[in-house]
Amino acid sequence: MEKHTLQLTESTSDDSRLRAFFKALSKQKMLMLMSLPFLAWVIIFKYVPLWGWTIAFQKYRLGRDIFDQAWTGLDNFKFLFQEEQFYLVLRNTLVMSSINLVLGFVTAIILALLLNELRRIYFKRTVQTISYLPHFISWVVAANIVQTALAPEGIFNVLLLQFNIIDKPILWLGVGEYFWSILGVTEVWKNVGWNTIIYLAAITTIDPTQYEAAEIDGASRIQRMLHITLPGMKPVIVILLIMNLGHILESGFEPQYLLGNGMNVEYSENLDIFVLKYGIQMNNYGLATAAGMFKTVVSFIFLIAANNLAKRLGENRLY
Amino acid sequence: MLKTSSARSSSVGDKIFDICNYIFMIFLIIVTLYPFINMFALSFNDANDSIRGDIYFWPREWTFRNYEYVFNESNVFYATFISAARTIVGTIISVFCTSMLAYAISRPEYKLKKFVSITFIFTMYFSGGLIPGYLLIKELGMLNSFWVYIIPGIIGVFNMIVIRSFIEGLPEGIMESAKMDGAGDLTTFIRIVLPLTVPALATVSLFVAVYQWNSWFDVFLYNSSRHNLSTLQYELMKILSTSNTGTSAADQYANAQGNVQMVTPTSVRATMTIVASVPIIMVYPFLQKYFVKGMVVGGVKG
Repeated sequence: MEKHTLQLTESTSDDSRLRAFFKALSKQKMLMLMSLPFLAWVIIFKYVPLWGWTIAFQKYRLGRDIFDQAWTGLDNFKFLFQEEQFYLVLRNTLVMSSINLVLGFVTAIILALLLNELRRIYFKRTVQTISYLPHFISWVVAANIVQTALAPEGIFNVLLLQFNIIDKPILWLGVGEYFWSILGVTEVWKNVGWNTIIYLAAITTIDPTQYEAAEIDGASRIQRMLHITLPGMKPVIVILLIMNLGHILESGFEPQYLLGNGMNVEYSENLDIFVLKYGIQMNNYGLATAAGMFKTVVSFIFLIAANNLAKRLGENRLY
Repeated sequence: MLKTSSARSSSVGDKIFDICNYIFMIFLIIVTLYPFINMFALSFNDANDSIRGDIYFWPREWTFRNYEYVFNESNVFYATFISAARTIVGTIISVFCTSMLAYAISRPEYKLKKFVSITFIFTMYFSGGLIPGYLLIKELGMLNSFWVYIIPGIIGVFNMIVIRSFIEGLPEGIMESAKMDGAGDLTTFIRIVLPLTVPALATVSLFVAVYQWNSWFDVFLYNSSRHNLSTLQYELMKILSTSNTGTSAADQYANAQGNVQMVTPTSVRATMTIVASVPIIMVYPFLQKYFVKGMVVGGVKG
């Protein structure tokens, strides 16, 4: 009996809490009107495509209704994991994103350290403004620039010939082995300035008395850089490094697609291009979706792991 | 504050370091700017004269012919118009909608605050991918339309976080007193919050505008069969992607209407590169203090 009443009061309190919730919500019609249309938008444009993953388990034919496709179980995945090309693009993806990760980090940290040592504020500002420029221009323009610079009569060959480093022009984008380096340098050129923003912000939070103390102790500029500024940036570096490890399957799409050609395809083609090629160009939607799904699921696991690692290290959670 | 302390003592080693640092920075400036200067020089130099080579920093024989030619080419002129249209329309709609949503989920009393935020933020961690996304657009009947440039990108989650953080940093008293005066949420948002959020809105507007102006992949994916919806970047991309094969799009541009003597593929490419990057070069420096702040806020909370 006693138990029964307890349950009863519990359910009524649940009930009244729910009623209070809706009562409060009914007073927030305007806030709902300002947000719920966008909730509908996000469901249609971001969540509905998830349902499209069913295509990975079908032999999808164009022109046929989505509900009227032949189910093939795991055939697409089996085919994918037996495909040699898939492992090639996976290798390219991992290598290119690792190169970008390491190069991107090292160069941005060094540039931030050096920018911080500039004493003339006006000069520093100018360098910063100019260094942000390549980040804002499109990859189409950047790829055009790279292609022009690396052409047989381009500036790169001209300079190397001038200094007798090579004796005849090289078609740089025509040799597959060079592609990863070209891409790495291009990514640095485009984003190094932009990537310093967050480090420079971290540097401004360092206690200036530390520098004064070091100076009294006779520490040189380089010693101060390495023993005060760099450790001061450490939390931000750790956090960004972990988060970027979560993006290890995101090697980018535009630069590889725009700079890739028949001669370097074995090194330039990555997962995203593989999906585009099989899906849109060859109409093998099932296989392409399976490859895309593989990428998203693995990335998601990496991201969650990265977030947990960041949390365990006592840094701020990033989501 | 640092500057005063480090200006006092400078040993020989520090001086050498300083000199090397300045030399490095000047090298950085040259490497960053040279490609644009070179493209600029090529675009204003006589196309046939450019074939002789040795155009680096400045045009040898000035001409406006390359620009006249590119803009008389109906495709490019129209593509520039579409690029500008999607940049303006897309930015206005996206910034207004994103900030409205950001305001709603910044209100502590809003009962659905958490649910709506999480639903949006979760989408940062996965996506349906290329094929399901493409099929969705197709099923919605948005292929071959201008709106496919605008509607799928209305809300940017990162941008939403930047604006929300900014609104949450505003003094609560301002919004409370507006409520006391009987202002509803929409009035508070438009009259009070929007004007105070200008720094965040400037940052987000820049991000969205740059994204819109630079896009070519959605044109390629959804609208490649419609010439009158092509954008400037897509036209440039066509030149780029075919320049390895025999007859490139640049050749076709150059050869059309018997203009072989006037322009060359190189001059057309350089001219279109300048046209595609000048609007950005002219705008972003003025918004620098805003986007630097916005990046830091978004980078920490994103």
